Amino acid sequence: MEDPYAVYVLSAYGVSLALLGGLIWRSMARARAARRTLDQLEGRK
Amino acid sequence: MSFWEFANPARFTRLTDKVLPWVSVLAAILLGGGLIWGYFFTPDDFRQGSTVKIFYLHVPAALMAIQVWLMMAICSLIWLVRRHHVSALAARAAAPIGAVMTLIGLLTGAIWGQPMWGTWWEWDPRLTSFLVLFVFYLGYIALWEAVEDPDTAADLTSVLCLVGSVFALLSRYAVLIWNQGLHQGASLSLDSEENVADVFWYPSLVVIAGFVLLFVALVLLRTRTEIQVRRARALMARERS
Repeated sequence: MEDPYAVYVLSAYGVSLALLGGLIWRSMARARAARRTLDQLEGRK
Repeated sequence: MSFWEFANPARFTRLTDKVLPWVSVLAAILLGGGLIWGYFFTPDDFRQGSTVKIFYLHVPAALMAIQVWLMMAICSLIWLVRRHHVSALAARAAAPIGAVMTLIGLLTGAIWGQPMWGTWWEWDPRLTSFLVLFVFYLGYIALWEAVEDPDTAADLTSVLCLVGSVFALLSRYAVLIWNQGLHQGASLSLDSEENVADVFWYPSLVVIAGFVLLFVALVLLRTRTEIQVRRARALMARERS
């Protein structure tokens, strides 16, 4: 029998994992950019 | 070694370099493992059906939303009293994580509420105080961005954070204080009589541990980034002068 709540459960997991994935991706991208900028500036000293 | 030695940005960065990979791997294992266990290997609830699986995301996210704000409040207090820059930067780094956790709590709650309560939203004390907490997160992040001088921004956001702690605590205890509204009491409790069945409880504990470690990993990474951004700005200012 088809689960009547499947769409709700999958939506909840989809939204949550997308938000967590976005947060992790954004944090890592910003960390890489900051590291690169700092390396360039310290190399220039 | 004193705890306050980690207020030194260089020492904090060195510690982060060592700890971050381990915490990240452990967080991924616990979060992935716990969610797979909960989603695929636990039964449906006899009343809620499969919507009970939303609980594995909703409860840890809601718990973290409140704990993150309280952690920020402690960091803000440390900044106001002892003026350690790392504590102010840690609070700043934690805010977007807390905002995302609050948003996940609100959205998963709404998605669960539609089939179970028949409504996406209700102006219930816990839901409303949680929405106010989310607005506080957005205000806190916006205030950091709006004020140019970092020390003034840290002062103002710290005060905002301490004021907002009232709503973080209200979100936690709203059900007990007003004893009304749609939202049920705590789903997880150390008191075994109030607690959910073990079959739901054990995977929940694993997911909660995963959320906590994910927060630790992200806050370490983001605080280190804030330290590096600030150092880069200082070097650029020195070059210009």
